Amino acid sequence: MNFDDTPQEAAFRTEAKAWIQANAPKQYEEELRKSSLGRTVLKGANILEVAKAWQKKKADAGWACLHWPKEYGGRGASPIERVIWQQEEGPFGKLSGMFIIGHGMCGPTMMAYAGEEQKRKYLPPLASGEKIWCQLFSEPAGGSDVAGLRTRAEKKGDDWIINGQKIWTSGAHYSDYGILLTRTDPNVPKHKGLTMFFLDMKSPGVEVRPIKQASGQSDFNEVYFTDVKIPDSQRLGAVNDGWNVSLTTLMNERMSIGAGVSTGFPELFEFCNSLMLEDGPAIEDRSVRSRLANYAVKASGLRYTSMRAISALSKGERPGPENSIGKLVAGSMVQEVAMYALDLQGAAGVLSGPEDAEVAGKFQAMLLRAPGTRVEGGTDEIMRNIIAERVLGLPGDIRVDKDVPFNQIPTKGRT
Amino acid sequence: MNFDFSDEQKQMRDAARKFLTEKCPPKAVREVLDGKAPYDKELWKGLAEMGFLGVAIPEQFGGAGAGHLELCVIAEEMGRANAPVPFSSTVYLAAEALLLAGSDAQKQKWLPKIASGEAIGTLALFEGKGNPSPKAIKLQASGGTLNGVKKPVPDGAIADFAIVAARTGSTGRDSDISLFLVDLKAGGIEAKPLTSIDPTRGQAELTFTKAKAEPLGAAGEGWSILTQVLDRAAVLLAFEQVGGSDRALEMGRDYALDRIAFGRPIGSFQAVKHMLADMYVSATLARSNCYYGAWALSTNASELPEAAAAARISATQAFQHCSKNNIQVHGGMGFTWEFDCHMYYRRANATALTLGSLSYWEDQLIDRMRKKNAA
Ligand SMILES: Cc1cc2nc3c(=O)[nH]c(=O)nc-3n(C[C@H](O)[C@H](O)[C@H](O)COP(=O)(O)OP(=O)(O)OC[C@H]3O[C@@H](n4cnc5c(N)ncnc54)[C@H](O)[C@@H]3O)c2cc1C
Repeated sequence: MNFDDTPQEAAFRTEAKAWIQANAPKQYEEELRKSSLGRTVLKGANILEVAKAWQKKKADAGWACLHWPKEYGGRGASPIERVIWQQEEGPFGKLSGMFIIGHGMCGPTMMAYAGEEQKRKYLPPLASGEKIWCQLFSEPAGGSDVAGLRTRAEKKGDDWIINGQKIWTSGAHYSDYGILLTRTDPNVPKHKGLTMFFLDMKSPGVEVRPIKQASGQSDFNEVYFTDVKIPDSQRLGAVNDGWNVSLTTLMNERMSIGAGVSTGFPELFEFCNSLMLEDGPAIEDRSVRSRLANYAVKASGLRYTSMRAISALSKGERPGPENSIGKLVAGSMVQEVAMYALDLQGAAGVLSGPEDAEVAGKFQAMLLRAPGTRVEGGTDEIMRNIIAERVLGLPGDIRVDKDVPFNQIPTKGRT
Repeated sequence: MNFDFSDEQKQMRDAARKFLTEKCPPKAVREVLDGKAPYDKELWKGLAEMGFLGVAIPEQFGGAGAGHLELCVIAEEMGRANAPVPFSSTVYLAAEALLLAGSDAQKQKWLPKIASGEAIGTLALFEGKGNPSPKAIKLQASGGTLNGVKKPVPDGAIADFAIVAARTGSTGRDSDISLFLVDLKAGGIEAKPLTSIDPTRGQAELTFTKAKAEPLGAAGEGWSILTQVLDRAAVLLAFEQVGGSDRALEMGRDYALDRIAFGRPIGSFQAVKHMLADMYVSATLARSNCYYGAWALSTNASELPEAAAAARISATQAFQHCSKNNIQVHGGMGFTWEFDCHMYYRRANATALTLGSLSYWEDQLIDRMRKKNAA
């Protein structure tokens, strides 16, 4: 058991550090350091452009998507090297937010199912951030129950014709491509009639409508498909095998979300360290210390759990369902942390304007974004099901629609 | 980086588990629980023969000289088996104090006896209610003798020797405290067993009347040594707690698969599934914090104080959480004497208090994090 870099790792770290030092957009470092879940603003700059420029620079020098093979725009690095990079990239890593879905989910799915020529064509610009990808899975009829989706794909000659609607699609408004799960056979049970594609988001018939979120921001969208044409060559996996293909995506999603999600603890600790309450510094208050300690051991527990996962990965083990723990714990923790930070501010905690609120309204922004964190990529309840069923081996939920042809499943809450 | 135990260490864990499954079934734990014996002597002997008691004791002092990572994997198995032996007091507290501060002669005298199972040791720190604090220590040392009362002392009624924290000054500073080594079989000590929430680990009151004592470590250094001993013991005990958490989770899972209600295994009800998932989560977070503690302990890293407090808090929470919900999963059965659930519930709540309570360690953690932050 050790945390020391091997000579090889140490060399990699030195090289990474030097390159970041010489190339990172330093002018934004302070703002990025201060930003938190729900609030990343760069004054006088378009964050999308800054992020894309940084990603491109990394790609050109061989620092993008480190763990991907070189021929697809990566570096063929080890999982440990990837972690070392993240440690060294520090606050600049926050610029990768809009690439997470593409790099974490769409890329791996393409790698597993696209043809060689397609991989060489689509993956490098995805790695370099020149092209952004989105994940078109959820629908009004199927979120947790992804396989309940209704968007149809019908074969016409060498093409598929898509009609239907997706929802909650993060980044669809600035995405160039997407992976799309559709129903190709409604006459068989729901999991058996799905097929996966990737498509150009600029295709005729694709319409993206931003949704205003509870947080007030608009990061996700509704996406409508009207007679959208996708060539059969853009199918991922076999016809009607889309469910298995999507499992690859979702497993990778859990891994990438679980590893990266913030807990809010460092922010809270820093805040309590400087906050004065009526009878002295907050950090000297007994109840504050108790709360802080509880959050501290959750945050460190998560950190070391992911280090254990990385150690296992580096020995050749595959990421398993136990990685659901990261998102499950961090999701509700960030929400609690935000609420507690506001509680400590008393009546003024209600104010969220950067000028009036403590630490520029960081916790207020976190509070308003947090509910989404507990839903996106699988709700807390779904994460618990995964742990209970796939880690602990408990029986699956009773699924009354499992063997029923999709077109005979009731669609309303009451039947 | 390699954040895992080595294959050899895992083999040692397997060996310990196999040994304990055989020699320490719940039936054996119950012998002690029911008051038929103060501890399991046979098991204690067996542990010595396996080399587990001296695993972290250097070879020159009769141990195996393996190290603390090895001790951690054994501690986990001791917790998993709920072993009714004075392992934590002897190995984590007494032996660690000797290793840290003992003279060569003291080490030569006691460590081989610990390794061979001939001597049981303990730490006599508390004097009534409260958490570790120099102020709370009233027991007086003067002229090489001790006078005063210690309670609760873990395994105090069966111990052969004790490391005793005593007051040697009156400046009001930490340096008023010194440590002493006392042969409990010599005169001047009265040991009275006390009843506790976990009879599988005895507690006692020790009354010292002109009891002969030799200093352990330099005079006035007692508190600083104690703090280090408690940190080391916190990591080791946390591994026991993680072992216990895992076992409680496993028992709950097995029962949930077995018990049928409303025509289904109760493990198919989401309320039960999610309770078990949450038990898994707390046990996993604790295990990861413990691994970090193990690393800090085995390398004597400057991170040890913080890592120890985090491991201790996390493992205390996990064991309490898993053992109480294990009973809930078992329903009425879980509340019977016949089922083993309560043994883990007892042990969880007793270990939560033995090195200072949860709130004490919370306080310690934040202090230590602050210091690091300021540095
Ligand atoms: C910020 C954000 C970004 C997102 N980005 C994307 C994206 O880019 N692409 C995409 O495809 N999707 C995206 N989603 C959608 C997300 O994956 C779904 O919202 C999520 O899976 C939940 O589905 P739902 O909204 O339909 O809720 P529902 O499935 O209707 O759930 C409602 C409630 O029922 C509970 N529930 C449902 N099924 C079960 C069950 N079996 N057991 C117990 N409880 C259950 C849920 O936990 C929840 O509390 C995003 C969502 C959010 C909030």
